[in-house]
Amino acid sequence: MSTGQNLDWKQSVKKLFARREASLVLLLILMLIPITIRSPQFISPGNVNTILNDMAILVIVAIGEFFVILSNGIDLSVGSVIAFTGMACGMINESYPAFPAPLLLIVGLAIGALMGALNGVLVAYGKIPPIITTLGTMSIYRGMTFLLSKGTWVTAHEMTASYIGLPRVSFLGVSVLLWIALLVIVATNYFSKYTRTGREIYAIGGNPTAAKFVGVNEARVRLVVFIASGLLCGLAGALWTARYASAVNEMATGFEMQAVAACVLGGVSFSGGAGAIFGVALGTLFLGVVNNALPVIYLSTFWQLFAQGLIVLVALSINTIVDHRKMKKLLEQRRG
Amino acid sequence: MANSNDLVSKGRLLDESGWKNRLIDIFTKWEVLLGILFVAMFVYFSFATRYFFDYFNLMNATFQFSEKAIMALPMIFIIMCGDIDISVASIVALCAFVIGVAAEAGVGIPGLILLGLLVGTAAGLLNGLLITGLNMPAIAVTLATQSIYRGIAQGILEEHACTTYPEGFGFFGQEFIPGTVIPFELVLYLVFAVLFAFILHKTTYGRRLYAIGNSPEAARFCGIDVKRTRVINYTLMGLFSGIASVLLASRILSVRSNIATGWDMEVITLVVLGGVAITGGRGMVYGVMIASFLIGYLKFGMGLLKLSGTMMTIVIGTLLIFAVLLPRLLDIYKANRKLRLQQLRSEQGGSHGQA
Repeated sequence: MSTGQNLDWKQSVKKLFARREASLVLLLILMLIPITIRSPQFISPGNVNTILNDMAILVIVAIGEFFVILSNGIDLSVGSVIAFTGMACGMINESYPAFPAPLLLIVGLAIGALMGALNGVLVAYGKIPPIITTLGTMSIYRGMTFLLSKGTWVTAHEMTASYIGLPRVSFLGVSVLLWIALLVIVATNYFSKYTRTGREIYAIGGNPTAAKFVGVNEARVRLVVFIASGLLCGLAGALWTARYASAVNEMATGFEMQAVAACVLGGVSFSGGAGAIFGVALGTLFLGVVNNALPVIYLSTFWQLFAQGLIVLVALSINTIVDHRKMKKLLEQRRG
Repeated sequence: MANSNDLVSKGRLLDESGWKNRLIDIFTKWEVLLGILFVAMFVYFSFATRYFFDYFNLMNATFQFSEKAIMALPMIFIIMCGDIDISVASIVALCAFVIGVAAEAGVGIPGLILLGLLVGTAAGLLNGLLITGLNMPAIAVTLATQSIYRGIAQGILEEHACTTYPEGFGFFGQEFIPGTVIPFELVLYLVFAVLFAFILHKTTYGRRLYAIGNSPEAARFCGIDVKRTRVINYTLMGLFSGIASVLLASRILSVRSNIATGWDMEVITLVVLGGVAITGGRGMVYGVMIASFLIGYLKFGMGLLKLSGTMMTIVIGTLLIFAVLLPRLLDIYKANRKLRLQQLRSEQGGSHGQA
């Protein structure tokens, strides 16, 4: 019996390390050790705060992207949704300074949800593949941003201090921006793990046919994931304009690639149905550390793009190899 | 029984080869609709502005889209197999960067072209090997290489722009076929287009692509080396991105790391708009050719009318969605029509018999 228990214990440790999140934490620590030896300030509260604040908006968007990838889709329109909502919030703030700043976040959420819903309807009921739908709306929403702004910018002095200050306000020593990101992480974690709809997303992503047979409404789930992505991008857009104190037409161009990269780093499977919010948050943090660590190893920030790509490729390869091993073991177990 | 019934109903449908059905079949084809759209656009712009229907202008406008149109050709093969490559713009940037740096170091024209093609081919091959070797999702791998390839150019070039090129390098992207006003780029594109159409529609390699796109598993059981075919596709994509980068560098004679940004989405848009199914297994080269000219001249015409690029992006995005939505609606219409016809037949007492 004792050997059996021993085996159980060993297996649970193995299980823990087989989880993507655990290996990601380990990798993060392994990376942090040499960086900290080189430059001890890297893990000073000030720098950590900077990294976290830099990554707060990305994590919100990446979580939206996570839900779409989880359902075996992809959302390429996130950058354009951020731009449109960010521009809308900036212009509302400029024209109606009396409009309370926190309510702008609600406006952003609402507009984002609508844009996401359009994506969702096209995918769920128009049966257009997500990649085509969002490739199309990526252009359309970006074009709408230009139409809305007529090509002009909203600059810092045209916005109210309360709106620009909103993400920077400190509450219990942590900025509101970070609190919002944390709230999103906790809420979406609960949603994905403990609600019926959340589990249905996993089911549809993992095996749509099986999910339909047990009564999951596929169209509804696909609509929900795009609305979720739109909601979170809308929130991110409202925060983006405030944090960078300007709304320009080109804002967040290419942000979809960063969001997808964070998901890949976090171990979210592209074939759908596998991944967790915690992993996405870690993946985002990983990107943030890589970006911030480059100057420490005497590489100019021009190498940021290359480093990001390399990290994503390495993470992807590790994920795939681990997956293959698991499948092989499962097959052997079944045979044995 | 179900099968034989199916055969019978199919036989009946074959009977329905009247002119009306034939017309419906022709005009519900996406490529044909695209062609009609192209003609409509052409007529509209010709009346809207007198600068549009002008031989020299029409030829000159092709400079703006020939490179992307060339890259759309191998992309047909990739998408036909159900794959995707979102790193092509970065391959162009990497090749152009190598060309630019080599030119500054004094390499001659043949050397520059060779370098561009080699780097492109190598980058494409690497994509293919990474995707098939570990069986990783194409979109994720090319997302990573998208950053890596452009990242190399960005890391080394920083803000620098390569602007010195040997005498005569500008020919490929700027000049016309001697004695005419036909751009060299356009001729090159048309030659490649015919070549790709031949490969896709007339060779076993092309048929294999359709087979893989419809079912990779079935194709593998038929003895098709799916992995090798996919690697060849990605390598071709790299080679033609290299060709496009030579043309682009020759056309603008200035290479920075942000060159060709956003081209991957534009190239994919051309292919999908041309009627190639993103899920693979369906599409024609001439459809993509029409799409390339349609988008190219749409941009040109809207520019002449001083319409902003904004409207352009909205129009292209909408077209893209319709390109997929419309054939689906047409399919539903056709299916309903067939059903109605069948019902009509059976109501007539099956006098046409069970052949």
